[in-house]
Amino acid sequence: MVQVSTALKSNDFRLATPAALAAYRESILAERDPNRTIIIVCHGTGCRANNSPKVADALRRAVAAAGLNAQVIPEIKDTGCHGFCSRGPLVVFQPSGLFYQKVQPEDVEEIVQKTLIEGTPVERLLYADPETGEHVVHDRDIPFYKYQQRLVLSNIGKIDPVDLRDTIAAGGYQSLVKVLTSMTPDEVITMVEDSGLRGRGGGGFLTGRKWRMTAEHGRETPGPVYILANGDEGDPGAFMDRTLMEGDPHAVLEGMLIGAYAIGSSEGYIYVRAEYPLAVKTLRQAILSAREAGLLGENILGTGFSFDLKLNLGGGAFVCGESTALMASIEGKPGEPRAKYIHTVEKGLWGRPSNLNNVETWANVPLIIAKGADWYRDIGTEGSKGTKIFSLVGQVKNVGLVEVPMGVTIKDLVLRIGGGVPEGREFKAIQIGGPSGGCIPQAHWDLPIDFDSLWDAGAMMGSGGMIVMDNSTCMVDVAKYFLEFLIDESCGKCIPCRLGLQRMREVLKEFSAGRGSLEDLEELDSLARAIKDGSLCALGGSAPNPVLATLRYFRDEYEAHILHHKCPAAVCKELITYAINPELCNGCTACARECPQGAITGTKKEPHALNASLCIKCGICFEVCKFGAVTVA
Amino acid sequence: MITFSINGKEVQGQEGWTILEVARWHGIEIPTLCHHGALEPYGACRLCVVEVNDGKRSRVVISCMYPIRTGINVQTDTPRVLNVRRWIVQLLLDESPESPKIRELAQTLGVTPSRFQKKGVDFACHLCGLCVRVCQEVVGVQALSFSNRGLRKEISSPFHTASKECLGCGTCIYICPTGAMEQVFLRVHG
Repeated sequence: MVQVSTALKSNDFRLATPAALAAYRESILAERDPNRTIIIVCHGTGCRANNSPKVADALRRAVAAAGLNAQVIPEIKDTGCHGFCSRGPLVVFQPSGLFYQKVQPEDVEEIVQKTLIEGTPVERLLYADPETGEHVVHDRDIPFYKYQQRLVLSNIGKIDPVDLRDTIAAGGYQSLVKVLTSMTPDEVITMVEDSGLRGRGGGGFLTGRKWRMTAEHGRETPGPVYILANGDEGDPGAFMDRTLMEGDPHAVLEGMLIGAYAIGSSEGYIYVRAEYPLAVKTLRQAILSAREAGLLGENILGTGFSFDLKLNLGGGAFVCGESTALMASIEGKPGEPRAKYIHTVEKGLWGRPSNLNNVETWANVPLIIAKGADWYRDIGTEGSKGTKIFSLVGQVKNVGLVEVPMGVTIKDLVLRIGGGVPEGREFKAIQIGGPSGGCIPQAHWDLPIDFDSLWDAGAMMGSGGMIVMDNSTCMVDVAKYFLEFLIDESCGKCIPCRLGLQRMREVLKEFSAGRGSLEDLEELDSLARAIKDGSLCALGGSAPNPVLATLRYFRDEYEAHILHHKCPAAVCKELITYAINPELCNGCTACARECPQGAITGTKKEPHALNASLCIKCGICFEVCKFGAVTVA
Repeated sequence: MITFSINGKEVQGQEGWTILEVARWHGIEIPTLCHHGALEPYGACRLCVVEVNDGKRSRVVISCMYPIRTGINVQTDTPRVLNVRRWIVQLLLDESPESPKIRELAQTLGVTPSRFQKKGVDFACHLCGLCVRVCQEVVGVQALSFSNRGLRKEISSPFHTASKECLGCGTCIYICPTGAMEQVFLRVHG
């Protein structure tokens, strides 16, 4: 990563006034040649895992070794996640937008020779349209990016997240200057209220209203008011908040500063899980450099406004994403929720008014301030304004992080941006809202994605995790999987969640073994409602959702298990059998060699046979057979 | 004074009181398990659920913690409330079929053991936390605490070693509604 500039390291560097920030920005921009090529290497977690730091190193070495003419020596920049994780490591040339995918260190020499010296693209590294096979040169023309509206993510993949100069050059902290120099706290709250922004953490509560309530409670009694950011993203398959914290940490800081000014707070916390080491490192660096520059701490930009932040690392309990459990955790207590009949805006952290917003919510704030509430209101639907970031994972071709306006349909998201499910499979359902969200089937895929329509459909926005499922997925198994996750993550305080979820799992286990009766379905439904009504916090209150939603949309699949002892997707082990079709088997021996049980026998080039009494249904034979001769039913 | 209604009957209570306190004052029965008049409410057993309508919406809340508000309409025995209560007692009965308190609750609500009934455990701990709270709030020591989470959550002394703080006063055994404390006590007191 690029070191923080030396200017920031000297002790006398402190932006004392808004004018000093403006002058500093001018000086950074003046140093830069807008036409200079910048080679951007994605350093998101996915690309890092696939070697991107080595690609960047190789690029730096190759560029230096090539001895390019001084006029065109490109800058090589490490940035946060570009979102197209399934194609990483990604290398993008700016300002042209030339886009290379799956780049490895050994590709670097060719890139330097062809692209930098000869000025032609390396075709084999370009994105190829899966339909036509045609190469797409620029990122903006790739369907995955073309149909997105990247506003909150706009800087990610362009700026170096740990170089404050880069953030400032891109317009960072301009919204803070605007509120500090030209708006009253009440005007800021009104603007956020007017924008219609709703909390991105899952609840969808109106952010401006929450701010106003916290501010009012804060004025009622003397003492501190706390500003908190929830970065305890724990849903399986979700990485929206992580990407924001890793890729544009100053946007989160700026949002919190604006919130602090509006609400009247001088102290805040970012709660981030320790399993996000890169996010922790980036945030820590961002806080340090913002503090050194006078953008955080006492008398910010000489305006008299003071606010400082601490990072609080969570131990990775899913329930600590719940507001009261999160606050208990910051206080040093076990991460258990409490009843919220007196809301945290009145009595939150250490019994004081506290405003907790999700990381993504905070990152929306500087945009609203910069462009105005009316601009923001024009994006999205009647009840859900702005854009939303989703992590699109599962059985979809383009796995990654996407940002779309609220109201986009599931179909558009899965087909146009996600590229559909892999060849030969069929889209079956999409799980929205994390483990306690719900599965929405293909029949409803014209549903617009916004807070209210998802809620009505039995799912929820949650924090924005989306798992695409195809016809190889068994919905009873899916419900069981999410229940098991939530049982593991339940804090165990209240009885409906601790014992009720376990009972639901026991019933589902019977179903997946082909036992149970239709009355059990009614019992399951009534237990699910008891858990929803009776649980202490939102984890328990929403935990039965996967079961309720699959019961609602895939009741036939439950009935197939119970009445006909069949698993239609051939997933539930106790209900399936493997066999070898002698007409398709050519005796390649692959299955017999891999079978851990020795259940498959046969001579070379002759059809093999599977002994069902030895078979443990591990499915390895099915996976290794290249001729479709192993069948499962 | 705050005026509101429970089961259609107009009742009054003081600012800061909970629904349960007002209900008991007026002789209206609401079952509880983790509640004790001498201790701070904890909200774990959820047996004391009631349905509250504040004019805007109706929701199920726990009466031991919900602060009374003017004009609310409280119902203690709606189908939603009874569904929650029955399931809690069902789950508890299957965990510890011999506990007198649970059997009594089960009889009142017409709950009988299910096919999921645990074998070999007669007096399971329900983690109501009365022992932990009484040790801290009334006795004034902290010999007991919760450890682990979820299904593995249990009552123990800190770090699972015999507690130096424990006076051996037996208040925890006295307050335990299921009889499970007797076993835990032997480990805590050492």
